[in-house]
Amino acid sequence: MLFFVKQAIQDILSNSFLYGVTVITIAFLILIVSAFGLFFLNVDDMICSWKKEVRMMVYLKKDINENQLFDLKRKIKGISGISNATFISRDEALKYLKEQMKRQSSLLDNLEKNPLPDAFEITISQSIANPEKIESIATRVEVFPQVEDVEYGQRWIGRFINIFNLFRLAGFTMSCLFLMATVFIVANTIRLVLYSKREELEIMRIVGASNIFIKAPFYIVGILEGAVGGVIGIAGLFIAFSFISSSMEQTASSCIINIRFFPLSISCGIIFCSIFVAWLGCYFSLRQFLKV
Amino acid sequence: MIDKNAIIRVFHVHKRYGSKNALIDVTFDVAKNEFLFISGPNGAGKSSLLKLLYLAEGVSEGEILIDGINLSRISRKRIPLLRRKIGVIFQDFKLIPTKTVFENVALVLEVAGNKKHTIQKKVKRLLRAGGMEEKLDSYPAGLSSGEQQRVAFARAVAGDPKIILADEPTGSLDDESAGIILDILKKLHVLGTTVIIATHNKELIHTISARTIYLEKGRLKQDIPRTSKIISL
Repeated sequence: MLFFVKQAIQDILSNSFLYGVTVITIAFLILIVSAFGLFFLNVDDMICSWKKEVRMMVYLKKDINENQLFDLKRKIKGISGISNATFISRDEALKYLKEQMKRQSSLLDNLEKNPLPDAFEITISQSIANPEKIESIATRVEVFPQVEDVEYGQRWIGRFINIFNLFRLAGFTMSCLFLMATVFIVANTIRLVLYSKREELEIMRIVGASNIFIKAPFYIVGILEGAVGGVIGIAGLFIAFSFISSSMEQTASSCIINIRFFPLSISCGIIFCSIFVAWLGCYFSLRQFLKV
Repeated sequence: MIDKNAIIRVFHVHKRYGSKNALIDVTFDVAKNEFLFISGPNGAGKSSLLKLLYLAEGVSEGEILIDGINLSRISRKRIPLLRRKIGVIFQDFKLIPTKTVFENVALVLEVAGNKKHTIQKKVKRLLRAGGMEEKLDSYPAGLSSGEQQRVAFARAVAGDPKIILADEPTGSLDDESAGIILDILKKLHVLGTTVIIATHNKELIHTISARTIYLEKGRLKQDIPRTSKIISL
Protein backbone atom coordinates (compact mmCIF):
# COMPACT_ATOMS: atom_id res chain seq x y z
CA MET A 1 0.00 0.00 0.00
CA LEU A 2 2.83 2.34 0.93
CA PHE A 3 4.36 1.65 -2.47
CA PHE A 4 1.15 2.72 -4.23
CA VAL A 5 0.86 5.87 -2.10
CA LYS A 6 4.48 6.71 -2.97
CA GLN A 7 3.72 6.16 -6.65
CA ALA A 8 0.60 8.34 -6.38
CA ILE A 9 2.53 11.17 -4.71
CA GLN A 10 5.27 10.96 -7.36
CA ASP A 11 2.56 11.12 -10.00
CA ILE A 12 0.94 14.16 -8.39
CA LEU A 13 4.30 15.94 -8.17
CA SER A 14 5.15 15.26 -11.79
CA ASN A 15 1.70 16.43 -12.98
CA SER A 16 1.14 19.05 -10.28
CA PHE A 17 -0.38 21.71 -12.55
CA LEU A 18 -2.91 19.34 -14.10
CA TYR A 19 -3.94 17.87 -10.76
CA GLY A 20 -3.96 21.34 -9.13
CA VAL A 21 -6.42 22.66 -11.70
CA THR A 22 -8.58 19.56 -11.23
CA VAL A 23 -8.64 19.98 -7.44
CA ILE A 24 -9.64 23.64 -7.77
CA THR A 25 -12.39 22.71 -10.24
CA ILE A 26 -13.68 19.99 -7.92
CA ALA A 27 -13.59 22.43 -5.00
CA PHE A 28 -15.54 25.02 -6.98
CA LEU A 29 -18.18 22.51 -8.09
CA ILE A 30 -18.52 21.08 -4.57
CA LEU A 31 -18.89 24.64 -3.25
CA ILE A 32 -21.75 25.34 -5.67
CA VAL A 33 -23.53 22.03 -4.97
CA SER A 34 -23.09 22.49 -1.21
CA ALA A 35 -24.35 26.07 -1.43
CA PHE A 36 -27.56 24.72 -3.00
CA GLY A 37 -27.75 22.13 -0.23
CA LEU A 38 -27.21 24.71 2.49
CA PHE A 39 -29.87 27.01 1.06
CA PHE A 40 -32.42 24.19 0.91
CA LEU A 41 -31.48 22.99 4.39
CA ASN A 42 -32.15 26.42 5.91
CA VAL A 43 -35.36 27.01 3.95
CA ASP A 44 -36.56 23.56 5.03
CA ASP A 45 -35.82 24.50 8.64
CA MET A 46 -37.79 27.70 8.21
CA ILE A 47 -40.78 25.92 6.69
CA CYS A 48 -40.71 23.34 9.49
CA SER A 49 -40.74 26.06 12.14
CA TRP A 50 -43.63 27.78 10.39
CA LYS A 51 -45.54 24.54 10.16
CA LYS A 52 -44.99 23.84 13.85
CA GLU A 53 -46.59 27.07 15.00
CA VAL A 54 -49.64 27.47 12.81
CA ARG A 55 -51.75 30.31 14.17
CA MET A 56 -54.93 31.77 12.84
CA MET A 57 -56.44 35.11 13.73
CA VAL A 58 -60.26 35.18 13.78
CA TYR A 59 -61.47 38.80 13.75
CA LEU A 60 -64.95 39.29 15.20
CA LYS A 61 -67.78 41.60 14.28
CA LYS A 62 -68.60 44.53 16.55
CA ASP A 63 -71.06 44.41 19.46
CA ILE A 64 -70.83 40.76 20.34
CA ASN A 65 -72.00 39.98 23.83
CA GLU A 66 -70.43 37.64 26.41
CA ASN A 67 -72.80 34.77 25.69
CA GLN A 68 -72.08 34.91 21.97
CA LEU A 69 -68.37 34.99 22.68
CA PHE A 70 -68.58 31.98 24.97
CA ASP A 71 -70.70 30.13 22.41
CA LEU A 72 -68.29 30.96 19.58
CA LYS A 73 -65.25 29.86 21.60
CA ARG A 74 -66.96 26.52 22.33
CA LYS A 75 -67.79 26.01 18.67
CA ILE A 76 -64.27 26.89 17.53
CA LYS A 77 -62.65 24.54 20.04
CA GLY A 78 -65.02 21.83 18.85
CA ILE A 79 -63.52 21.87 15.37
CA SER A 80 -61.05 19.01 14.97
CA GLY A 81 -57.49 20.15 14.40
CA ILE A 82 -57.75 23.20 16.66
CA SER A 83 -55.75 22.76 19.85
CA ASN A 84 -56.44 26.12 21.49
CA ALA A 85 -58.42 29.33 21.06
CA THR A 86 -57.49 32.43 23.07
CA PHE A 87 -59.67 35.51 23.15
CA ILE A 88 -57.82 38.80 22.59
CA SER A 89 -59.92 41.86 23.31
CA ARG A 90 -59.51 44.97 21.19
CA ASP A 91 -57.89 46.79 24.14
CA GLU A 92 -55.36 44.00 24.64
CA ALA A 93 -54.65 44.04 20.90
CA LEU A 94 -53.98 47.78 20.93
CA LYS A 95 -51.70 47.43 23.96
CA TYR A 96 -49.79 44.64 22.18
CA LEU A 97 -49.54 46.74 19.02
CA LYS A 98 -48.08 49.65 21.01
CA GLU A 99 -45.49 47.31 22.52
CA GLN A 100 -44.55 46.07 19.08
CA MET A 101 -44.25 49.54 17.58
CA LYS A 102 -41.96 50.79 20.39
CA ARG A 103 -40.79 54.26 19.30
CA GLN A 104 -43.63 54.74 16.82
CA SER A 105 -46.25 53.87 19.47
CA SER A 106 -46.90 57.61 20.05
CA LEU A 107 -48.64 57.62 16.68
CA LEU A 108 -51.39 55.54 18.23
CA ASP A 109 -51.93 57.98 21.12
CA ASN A 110 -53.81 60.40 18.89
CA LEU A 111 -56.46 57.87 17.91
CA GLU A 112 -59.96 58.92 19.02
CA LYS A 113 -61.12 55.36 19.36
CA ASN A 114 -59.56 51.89 19.15
CA PRO A 115 -59.88 50.72 15.49
CA LEU A 116 -58.94 47.13 16.25
CA PRO A 117 -61.57 44.38 16.49
CA ASP A 118 -61.91 41.68 19.14
CA ALA A 119 -60.32 38.47 17.99
CA PHE A 120 -59.57 34.85 18.75
CA GLU A 121 -56.06 33.55 18.30
CA ILE A 122 -56.36 29.92 17.24
CA THR A 123 -53.53 27.43 17.53
CA ILE A 124 -53.69 24.55 15.08
CA SER A 125 -52.53 21.08 16.18
CA GLN A 126 -48.99 20.23 15.09
CA SER A 127 -50.31 17.13 13.34
CA ILE A 128 -52.15 19.38 10.86
CA ALA A 129 -49.31 20.48 8.59
CA ASN A 130 -51.20 20.16 5.34
CA PRO A 131 -52.15 23.56 3.80
CA GLU A 132 -55.42 22.08 2.46
CA LYS A 133 -56.51 20.95 5.93
CA ILE A 134 -55.68 24.35 7.40
CA GLU A 135 -57.68 25.96 4.61
CA SER A 136 -60.70 23.77 5.43
CA ILE A 137 -60.47 24.75 9.14
CA ALA A 138 -60.39 28.43 8.13
CA THR A 139 -63.45 27.95 5.93
CA ARG A 140 -65.34 26.28 8.77
CA VAL A 141 -64.51 29.15 11.13
CA GLU A 142 -65.40 31.83 8.56
CA VAL A 143 -69.00 30.62 8.32
CA PHE A 144 -69.82 31.49 11.94
CA PRO A 145 -72.02 34.62 11.94
CA GLN A 146 -69.95 36.41 14.59
CA VAL A 147 -66.80 36.15 12.47
CA GLU A 148 -65.79 39.10 10.31
CA ASP A 149 -62.59 37.72 8.82
CA VAL A 150 -59.99 34.95 9.21
CA GLU A 151 -56.32 35.54 8.55
CA TYR A 152 -53.43 33.17 8.61
CA GLY A 153 -49.97 33.02 7.05
CA GLN A 154 -50.35 29.49 5.74
CA ARG A 155 -52.13 30.73 2.64
CA TRP A 156 -48.89 32.12 1.31
CA ILE A 157 -46.80 29.37 2.95
CA GLY A 158 -48.65 26.84 0.78
CA ARG A 159 -47.80 28.82 -2.31
CA PHE A 160 -44.24 29.34 -1.06
CA ILE A 161 -43.79 25.58 -0.54
CA ASN A 162 -44.93 24.90 -4.09
CA ILE A 163 -42.46 27.41 -5.51
CA PHE A 164 -39.75 26.16 -3.18
CA ASN A 165 -40.33 22.58 -4.35
CA LEU A 166 -39.78 23.75 -7.91
CA PHE A 167 -36.54 25.42 -6.81
CA ARG A 168 -35.53 22.25 -5.00
CA LEU A 169 -36.08 20.19 -8.15
CA ALA A 170 -34.06 22.67 -10.22
CA GLY A 171 -31.31 22.70 -7.56
CA PHE A 172 -31.22 18.92 -7.42
CA THR A 173 -30.98 18.68 -11.22
CA MET A 174 -28.19 21.26 -11.33
CA SER A 175 -26.33 19.51 -8.51
CA CYS A 176 -26.53 16.24 -10.44
CA LEU A 177 -25.18 18.02 -13.52
CA PHE A 178 -22.33 19.55 -11.51
CA LEU A 179 -21.45 16.17 -10.02
CA MET A 180 -21.49 14.63 -13.50
CA ALA A 181 -19.21 17.45 -14.64
CA THR A 182 -16.85 16.56 -11.77
CA VAL A 183 -16.78 12.91 -12.90
CA PHE A 184 -16.06 14.06 -16.44
CA ILE A 185 -13.27 16.45 -15.37
CA VAL A 186 -11.53 13.87 -13.18
CA ALA A 187 -11.91 11.22 -15.90
CA ASN A 188 -10.30 13.56 -18.42
CA THR A 189 -7.43 14.47 -16.12
CA ILE A 190 -6.66 10.83 -15.47
CA ARG A 191 -7.01 10.10 -19.19
CA LEU A 192 -4.46 12.81 -20.01
CA VAL A 193 -2.04 11.41 -17.43
CA LEU A 194 -2.63 7.87 -18.70
CA TYR A 195 -2.00 9.03 -22.23
CA SER A 196 1.25 10.74 -21.24
CA LYS A 197 2.33 7.58 -19.40
CA ARG A 198 1.11 5.04 -21.95
CA GLU A 199 4.61 3.75 -22.74
CA GLU A 200 5.44 3.39 -19.08
CA LEU A 201 2.17 1.52 -18.50
CA GLU A 202 2.90 -0.72 -21.48
CA ILE A 203 6.32 -1.59 -20.00
CA MET A 204 4.70 -2.27 -16.64
CA ARG A 205 2.32 -4.68 -18.32
CA ILE A 206 5.09 -6.44 -20.20
CA VAL A 207 7.02 -7.05 -16.99
CA GLY A 208 3.91 -8.64 -15.47
CA ALA A 209 2.17 -5.85 -13.57
CA SER A 210 -1.42 -6.74 -12.78
CA ASN A 211 -4.21 -4.29 -13.56
CA ILE A 212 -4.62 -3.61 -9.83
CA PHE A 213 -0.91 -2.73 -9.62
CA ILE A 214 -1.28 -0.26 -12.49
CA LYS A 215 -4.62 1.17 -11.37
CA ALA A 216 -4.03 1.54 -7.62
CA PRO A 217 -1.87 4.74 -7.76
CA PHE A 218 -4.45 6.39 -10.04
CA TYR A 219 -7.28 5.53 -7.68
CA ILE A 220 -5.24 6.96 -4.79
CA VAL A 221 -4.68 10.14 -6.81
CA GLY A 222 -8.41 10.32 -7.58
CA ILE A 223 -9.36 9.82 -3.94
CA LEU A 224 -6.86 12.48 -2.85
CA GLU A 225 -8.19 14.89 -5.50
CA GLY A 226 -11.75 14.28 -4.33
CA ALA A 227 -10.86 14.63 -0.65
CA VAL A 228 -8.79 17.80 -1.06
CA GLY A 229 -11.32 19.33 -3.48
CA GLY A 230 -14.19 18.44 -1.12
CA VAL A 231 -12.46 19.90 1.94
CA ILE A 232 -11.55 23.12 0.10
CA GLY A 233 -15.12 23.40 -1.26
CA ILE A 234 -16.71 22.94 2.19
CA ALA A 235 -14.16 25.27 3.80
CA GLY A 236 -14.91 27.91 1.15
CA LEU A 237 -18.62 27.56 1.77
CA PHE A 238 -18.09 27.83 5.54
CA ILE A 239 -16.11 31.06 5.11
CA ALA A 240 -18.84 32.50 2.87
CA PHE A 241 -21.51 31.33 5.33
CA SER A 242 -19.70 32.90 8.30
CA PHE A 243 -19.46 36.17 6.43
CA ILE A 244 -23.16 36.16 5.46
CA SER A 245 -24.42 35.07 8.90
CA SER A 246 -22.31 37.69 10.70
CA SER A 247 -23.67 40.43 8.41
CA MET A 248 -27.21 39.13 9.01
CA GLU A 249 -26.70 39.32 12.76
CA GLN A 250 -26.16 43.04 12.42
CA THR A 251 -29.55 43.45 10.76
CA ALA A 252 -33.09 42.80 11.95
CA SER A 253 -33.40 39.80 9.62
CA SER A 254 -31.66 37.60 12.21
CA CYS A 255 -34.86 37.77 14.33
CA ILE A 256 -36.91 36.33 11.47
CA ILE A 257 -34.40 33.96 9.83
CA ASN A 258 -32.18 31.75 11.91
CA ILE A 259 -29.60 30.19 9.58
CA ARG A 260 -27.18 27.38 10.36
CA PHE A 261 -24.30 25.56 8.64
CA PHE A 262 -24.26 21.86 7.81
CA PRO A 263 -23.80 19.57 10.80
CA LEU A 264 -20.47 17.71 10.86
CA SER A 265 -22.10 14.51 9.56
CA ILE A 266 -23.41 16.24 6.41
CA SER A 267 -20.08 18.05 5.85
CA CYS A 268 -18.29 14.69 6.04
CA GLY A 269 -20.95 13.22 3.73
CA ILE A 270 -20.26 15.91 1.13
CA ILE A 271 -16.51 15.22 1.31
CA PHE A 272 -17.18 11.49 0.90
CA CYS A 273 -19.46 12.30 -2.02
CA SER A 274 -16.64 14.33 -3.57
CA ILE A 275 -14.25 11.41 -3.04
CA PHE A 276 -16.73 8.99 -4.59
CA VAL A 277 -17.30 11.22 -7.61
CA ALA A 278 -13.53 11.57 -8.18
CA TRP A 279 -13.11 7.82 -7.76
CA LEU A 280 -15.87 7.28 -10.31
CA GLY A 281 -14.03 9.55 -12.77
CA CYS A 282 -10.90 7.44 -12.28
CA TYR A 283 -12.88 4.24 -12.68
CA PHE A 284 -14.35 5.28 -16.02
CA SER A 285 -11.09 6.43 -17.58
CA LEU A 286 -9.08 3.47 -16.27
CA ARG A 287 -11.71 1.01 -17.46
CA GLN A 288 -11.60 2.55 -20.91
CA PHE A 289 -7.80 2.85 -21.08
CA LEU A 290 -6.88 -0.56 -19.70
CA LYS A 291 -9.43 -2.59 -21.61
CA VAL A 292 -6.86 -4.80 -23.29
CA MET B 1 6.92 -32.70 -35.41
CA ILE B 2 5.56 -32.08 -31.88
CA ASP B 3 8.18 -31.82 -29.17
CA LYS B 4 6.92 -33.12 -25.80
CA ASN B 5 9.61 -31.08 -24.11
CA ALA B 6 8.35 -27.87 -25.73
CA ILE B 7 7.97 -24.75 -23.59
CA ILE B 8 6.49 -22.79 -26.51
CA ARG B 9 4.17 -24.17 -29.17
CA VAL B 10 3.11 -22.00 -32.06
CA PHE B 11 0.38 -23.76 -34.03
CA HIS B 12 -0.91 -22.47 -37.40
CA VAL B 13 -0.73 -18.88 -36.23
CA HIS B 14 -1.99 -16.02 -38.34
CA LYS B 15 -1.68 -12.37 -37.40
CA ARG B 16 -3.44 -9.68 -39.37
CA TYR B 17 -3.36 -5.89 -38.98
CA GLY B 18 -6.42 -4.80 -40.91
CA SER B 19 -6.00 -6.27 -44.39
CA LYS B 20 -2.25 -6.77 -43.99
CA ASN B 21 -1.00 -10.25 -43.08
CA ALA B 22 1.94 -10.04 -40.67
CA LEU B 23 2.11 -13.78 -40.00
CA ILE B 24 0.67 -16.55 -42.16
CA ASP B 25 0.22 -20.09 -40.87
CA VAL B 26 3.33 -20.18 -38.69
CA THR B 27 3.93 -23.42 -36.78
CA PHE B 28 6.95 -24.38 -34.67
CA ASP B 29 7.91 -25.58 -31.19
CA VAL B 30 10.61 -24.31 -28.86
CA ALA B 31 12.07 -26.81 -26.41
CA LYS B 32 12.87 -25.99 -22.82
CA ASN B 33 16.36 -24.49 -22.53
CA GLU B 34 16.65 -24.06 -26.28
CA PHE B 35 18.56 -21.19 -27.87
CA LEU B 36 16.62 -19.99 -30.90
CA PHE B 37 17.10 -17.28 -33.47
CA ILE B 38 14.13 -15.88 -35.35
CA SER B 39 15.57 -14.41 -38.49
CA GLY B 40 14.40 -12.73 -41.64
CA PRO B 41 14.45 -9.40 -43.41
CA ASN B 42 12.68 -6.28 -42.15
CA GLY B 43 8.91 -6.73 -42.28
CA ALA B 44 9.17 -10.53 -42.21
CA GLY B 45 7.05 -10.73 -39.04
CA LYS B 46 9.77 -11.29 -36.39
CA SER B 47 8.59 -8.52 -34.06
CA SER B 48 4.95 -9.46 -34.62
CA LEU B 49 5.75 -13.01 -33.58
CA LEU B 50 7.57 -11.83 -30.46
CA LYS B 51 4.64 -9.56 -29.55
CA LEU B 52 2.39 -12.60 -29.64
CA LEU B 53 4.82 -14.51 -27.44
CA TYR B 54 5.05 -11.85 -24.75
CA LEU B 55 1.27 -11.33 -24.89
CA ALA B 56 1.35 -7.76 -26.08
CA GLU B 57 -1.08 -8.80 -28.80
CA GLY B 58 -3.37 -11.71 -29.55
CA VAL B 59 -3.37 -14.06 -32.52
CA SER B 60 -5.86 -13.57 -35.37
CA GLU B 61 -6.03 -17.29 -35.91
CA GLY B 62 -4.28 -20.38 -34.56
CA GLU B 63 -2.98 -21.15 -31.09
CA ILE B 64 0.06 -20.47 -28.97
CA LEU B 65 0.90 -22.45 -25.85
CA ILE B 66 3.50 -21.18 -23.40
CA ASP B 67 4.50 -23.48 -20.55
CA GLY B 68 1.35 -25.49 -21.22
CA ILE B 69 -0.98 -22.48 -21.14
CA ASN B 70 -3.06 -21.73 -24.21
CA LEU B 71 -2.86 -17.97 -24.75
CA SER B 72 -6.23 -17.88 -26.51
CA ARG B 73 -7.97 -19.30 -23.44
CA ILE B 74 -6.00 -17.65 -20.66
CA SER B 75 -8.03 -15.59 -18.19
CA ARG B 76 -7.14 -11.91 -17.80
CA LYS B 77 -6.03 -12.45 -14.23
CA ARG B 78 -3.47 -15.06 -15.27
CA ILE B 79 -1.87 -12.95 -18.00
CA PRO B 80 0.42 -10.98 -15.62
CA LEU B 81 1.48 -14.25 -13.96
CA LEU B 82 2.47 -15.70 -17.32
CA ARG B 83 4.25 -12.50 -18.33
CA ARG B 84 6.40 -12.79 -15.22
CA LYS B 85 7.78 -16.05 -16.65
CA ILE B 86 9.02 -14.14 -19.69
CA GLY B 87 11.81 -11.59 -19.73
CA VAL B 88 11.73 -9.24 -22.71
CA ILE B 89 14.62 -7.21 -24.14
CA PHE B 90 13.97 -4.54 -26.76
CA GLN B 91 16.19 -2.87 -29.28
CA ASP B 92 15.15 0.53 -27.90
CA PHE B 93 15.51 -0.80 -24.31
CA LYS B 94 12.09 0.53 -23.20
CA LEU B 95 13.34 1.78 -19.86
CA ILE B 96 10.98 4.06 -17.94
CA PRO B 97 12.54 7.54 -18.24
CA THR B 98 11.03 8.85 -14.98
CA LYS B 99 12.50 6.01 -12.93
CA THR B 100 16.10 5.53 -11.87
CA VAL B 101 18.21 2.55 -12.93
CA PHE B 102 17.45 0.89 -9.60
CA GLU B 103 13.69 1.58 -9.87
CA ASN B 104 13.54 0.28 -13.44
CA VAL B 105 15.00 -3.07 -12.43
CA ALA B 106 13.11 -3.19 -9.11
CA LEU B 107 9.79 -2.79 -10.92
CA VAL B 108 9.82 -6.43 -12.05
CA LEU B 109 10.21 -7.60 -8.46
CA GLU B 110 7.70 -5.08 -7.14
CA VAL B 111 4.96 -6.26 -9.49
CA ALA B 112 5.65 -9.82 -8.35
CA GLY B 113 5.08 -8.73 -4.74
CA ASN B 114 8.63 -9.26 -3.42
CA LYS B 115 9.61 -7.72 -0.10
CA LYS B 116 11.60 -4.52 0.02
CA HIS B 117 14.82 -6.00 1.41
CA THR B 118 14.70 -8.85 -1.16
CA ILE B 119 14.28 -6.30 -3.94
CA GLN B 120 17.18 -4.18 -2.64
CA LYS B 121 19.47 -7.18 -2.41
CA LYS B 122 18.62 -8.70 -5.77
CA VAL B 123 18.61 -5.49 -7.81
CA LYS B 124 21.98 -4.42 -6.41
CA ARG B 125 23.42 -7.86 -7.14
CA LEU B 126 22.17 -7.79 -10.75
CA LEU B 127 23.40 -4.28 -11.39
CA ARG B 128 26.76 -5.09 -9.84
CA ALA B 129 27.04 -8.08 -12.18
CA GLY B 130 26.33 -5.77 -15.11
CA GLY B 131 28.86 -3.21 -13.88
CA MET B 132 26.15 -0.68 -13.16
CA GLU B 133 26.45 -0.40 -9.37
CA GLU B 134 27.79 3.15 -9.69
CA LYS B 135 24.71 4.27 -11.61
CA LEU B 136 21.92 3.02 -9.36
CA ASP B 137 20.41 6.47 -8.98
CA SER B 138 20.97 7.61 -12.57
CA TYR B 139 18.12 8.10 -14.97
CA PRO B 140 18.10 6.32 -18.36
CA ALA B 141 18.64 9.58 -20.22
CA GLY B 142 22.07 9.91 -18.54
CA LEU B 143 23.28 6.47 -19.71
CA SER B 144 25.00 5.32 -22.88
CA SER B 145 23.24 2.82 -25.19
CA GLY B 146 25.36 -0.04 -23.85
CA GLU B 147 24.55 0.90 -20.27
CA GLN B 148 20.86 1.20 -21.04
CA GLN B 149 20.89 -2.25 -22.62
CA ARG B 150 22.63 -3.69 -19.55
CA VAL B 151 19.90 -2.18 -17.35
CA ALA B 152 17.27 -3.63 -19.69
CA PHE B 153 18.99 -7.01 -19.34
CA ALA B 154 19.05 -6.75 -15.57
CA ARG B 155 15.32 -5.96 -15.67
CA ALA B 156 14.60 -8.88 -18.01
CA VAL B 157 16.33 -11.43 -15.80
CA ALA B 158 15.37 -9.94 -12.41
CA GLY B 159 12.25 -12.09 -12.13
CA ASP B 160 14.16 -15.32 -12.96
CA PRO B 161 12.11 -15.91 -16.11
CA LYS B 162 11.89 -19.27 -17.83
CA ILE B 163 12.03 -17.59 -21.23
CA ILE B 164 14.03 -14.62 -22.50
CA LEU B 165 12.72 -12.90 -25.65
CA ALA B 166 15.10 -10.41 -27.24
CA ASP B 167 14.03 -8.20 -30.14
CA GLU B 168 17.16 -7.05 -32.00
CA PRO B 169 19.08 -6.87 -28.69
CA THR B 170 22.32 -5.70 -30.27
CA GLY B 171 20.74 -3.44 -32.87
CA SER B 172 21.69 -0.16 -31.23
CA LEU B 173 25.01 -1.28 -29.76
CA ASP B 174 28.64 -1.13 -30.82
CA ASP B 175 30.51 -4.42 -31.38
CA GLU B 176 31.98 -4.53 -27.86
CA SER B 177 28.63 -3.94 -26.12
CA ALA B 178 26.94 -6.41 -28.48
CA GLY B 179 29.56 -9.02 -27.58
CA ILE B 180 28.95 -8.52 -23.85
CA ILE B 181 25.19 -8.83 -24.33
CA LEU B 182 25.60 -12.02 -26.35
CA ASP B 183 27.84 -13.49 -23.65
CA ILE B 184 25.18 -12.78 -21.04
CA LEU B 185 22.55 -14.47 -23.18
CA LYS B 186 24.78 -17.53 -23.58
CA LYS B 187 25.31 -17.69 -19.83
CA LEU B 188 21.57 -17.47 -19.21
CA HIS B 189 21.06 -20.30 -21.68
CA VAL B 190 23.65 -22.42 -19.91
CA LEU B 191 21.86 -21.75 -16.63
CA GLY B 192 18.65 -23.27 -18.09
CA THR B 193 16.76 -20.35 -19.58
CA THR B 194 15.10 -20.62 -22.97
CA VAL B 195 16.45 -17.81 -25.12
CA ILE B 196 14.77 -16.53 -28.27
CA ILE B 197 16.41 -13.77 -30.25
CA ALA B 198 14.71 -12.01 -33.14
CA THR B 199 17.29 -10.46 -35.43
CA HIS B 200 18.09 -9.79 -39.05
CA ASN B 201 21.81 -9.62 -38.20
CA LYS B 202 23.40 -12.61 -39.97
CA GLU B 203 26.75 -12.12 -38.22
CA LEU B 204 25.09 -12.40 -34.85
CA ILE B 205 23.37 -15.64 -35.89
CA HIS B 206 26.63 -17.14 -37.07
CA THR B 207 28.49 -16.45 -33.83
CA ILE B 208 26.40 -19.00 -31.97
CA SER B 209 25.58 -22.52 -32.95
CA ALA B 210 21.84 -22.45 -32.43
CA ARG B 211 18.60 -23.35 -34.16
CA THR B 212 17.26 -20.65 -36.47
CA ILE B 213 13.83 -20.18 -37.92
CA TYR B 214 13.66 -17.97 -40.96
CA LEU B 215 10.60 -15.86 -41.71
CA GLU B 216 9.81 -14.19 -44.99
CA LYS B 217 6.71 -12.13 -45.72
CA GLY B 218 5.06 -13.56 -42.64
CA ARG B 219 5.65 -17.21 -43.55
CA LEU B 220 8.07 -19.65 -41.90
CA LYS B 221 10.42 -20.43 -44.74
CA GLN B 222 13.16 -22.45 -43.03
CA ASP B 223 13.67 -24.17 -39.68
CA ILE B 224 17.40 -24.83 -39.45
CA PRO B 225 18.45 -27.09 -36.58
CA ARG B 226 21.49 -26.34 -34.49
CA THR B 227 23.69 -29.04 -35.86
CA SER B 228 23.06 -28.42 -39.54
CA LYS B 229 23.13 -24.66 -39.65
CA ILE B 230 23.73 -23.59 -43.23
CA ILE B 231 25.21 -20.25 -43.96
CA SER B 232 22.76 -19.59 -46.71
CA LEU B 233 20.28 -17.21 -45.13
